[in-house]
Amino acid sequence: MKALSVAVAIATVMASSPPVLAASVPPPGAASCSGCHTSGAAAASSVSRLYGRDAGEITTAMTGFRDGSFPATVMTRIAKGFTDDELRAIAAWLAAQK
Amino acid sequence: MGTSHRVSRREFVGASAATVTALAFPLPAFAQAAPRVVVIGGGFGGASCARALKQIDPKLQVTLVEPNKTFTACPFSNIVIAGLRSIEAQQFGYDKIAAGGVTVVAQAATAVNAAARTVGLADGTSLSYDRLVLSPGIDLRFDALQGYDEAAAAKMPHAWKAGEQTLLLRKQLEAMDDGGLVVIAAPANPFRCPPGPYERACLIAHYLKTKKPRSKLLILDAKDTFSKQRLFQNAWKELYPGMVEWISLSQGGKVNAVDPATNTLITDFGNHTAQVANVIPPQRAGRIATVAGATDNTGWCAIDPVTFESKSAPNIHVIGDACLAGAMPKSAFTANAQAKVCAAAIATLISGGTPATPKLINTCYSLAAPDYGISVAGVYQPKNGLLADVEGAGGVSPADVPREFRAREADYAQSWFATITAEVFG
Repeated sequence: MKALSVAVAIATVMASSPPVLAASVPPPGAASCSGCHTSGAAAASSVSRLYGRDAGEITTAMTGFRDGSFPATVMTRIAKGFTDDELRAIAAWLAAQK
Repeated sequence: MGTSHRVSRREFVGASAATVTALAFPLPAFAQAAPRVVVIGGGFGGASCARALKQIDPKLQVTLVEPNKTFTACPFSNIVIAGLRSIEAQQFGYDKIAAGGVTVVAQAATAVNAAARTVGLADGTSLSYDRLVLSPGIDLRFDALQGYDEAAAAKMPHAWKAGEQTLLLRKQLEAMDDGGLVVIAAPANPFRCPPGPYERACLIAHYLKTKKPRSKLLILDAKDTFSKQRLFQNAWKELYPGMVEWISLSQGGKVNAVDPATNTLITDFGNHTAQVANVIPPQRAGRIATVAGATDNTGWCAIDPVTFESKSAPNIHVIGDACLAGAMPKSAFTANAQAKVCAAAIATLISGGTPATPKLINTCYSLAAPDYGISVAGVYQPKNGLLADVEGAGGVSPADVPREFRAREADYAQSWFATITAEVFG
């Protein structure tokens, strides 16, 4: 009975929702990160993996890169292209990836 | 696999007629079929896009059309030319992409019918699509420099598509006597990999300095400025003093014609006879883009900067080197970044939504020596129908930094190659 009611509940939710994509569509800018920061298994790379990292940590690093308080080679140049809101959205999305 | 929607030419004609009928009387049955996306071209753009489409929406029926079983990557191929890397380290297959649910069809695409939404293949079969992605890369223009045709490329390699040409240039350098002259002819903008000719100059100079130190390298350029210019020029002075000379457009550097019989490059200001001549000719979008009606009179493809949909061919998206992306340079990083944005836009369009305005990043490393890296980065967003630089962001590596900074960027370059090739093919 319990299983059935859960199934009915799921079916109801599915029927009433608009079509949902399996993976969440990344916010502006976020899809580019995995060009350098691996999206797969931690590879033999000098560049850190960001998927699943704490969103606050990522935001702190990005704002530090942007204002120059956190030195880097290339991230200082990239971080300047994003607003606070955009950085928060990117960080939240990266944190939610497995 | 692809047999479910691959049909023979005879059936294709019938199917086209049926499609016309179906369009005239839309039936609900159509809406229930898995939406089909065909991607043409298995390089950094196309392979990334096929994978990303399947990851975002596993219900999509995604087909990747690529005639080559092995992809040979251009980034880092200048290190192969310098004799410091094997060509095998540049090569990748499509097995993992197929294992992820993408149908990989090892055929060349020869025709596109944008009205019927079909792609014709070299074996006479065809594929139907709801959305088509073109990522055909570049074609070298063998009509642009007098004397430089495909036969001439066997004598004066371009090495601008990695593979046999890369190895040919390397062999020519190995066979050259110490004291020889190497000439690189660089094209006008736009072309694949803007810093590539100058990185190549560095790495060939590295080989010459190590093995044939009395030799010289001359760059004949059809431009007066180039990517990462100051950084490259500083590196030539610092690492290869007296070895590399750059002749700009206004100094008479534009090559107008070549004579492969004598290995001579001809400019308005005189002739240069080389022991090794690397001629990088002007380029255009890969041919299938023109076949599909997606190129304009520049030979490249104008696109909507939000969805990468062609401005001239509906339901056809163009990514990577073939598209006119405004400020975004033609790089592998760019192709991969565009592919993911394009895939998300297509999945959103197919599910009935409106794609959000994207932002994209490019990061491009060059090696002036194996332990000396420099980079250019940019952040881009749609503006006035193009992808424009986000002001205040991006730019090149700083000019005056210790060698440790260059070594770190060289290390990041290696990491980038490992990471991006794993994301695309691994």
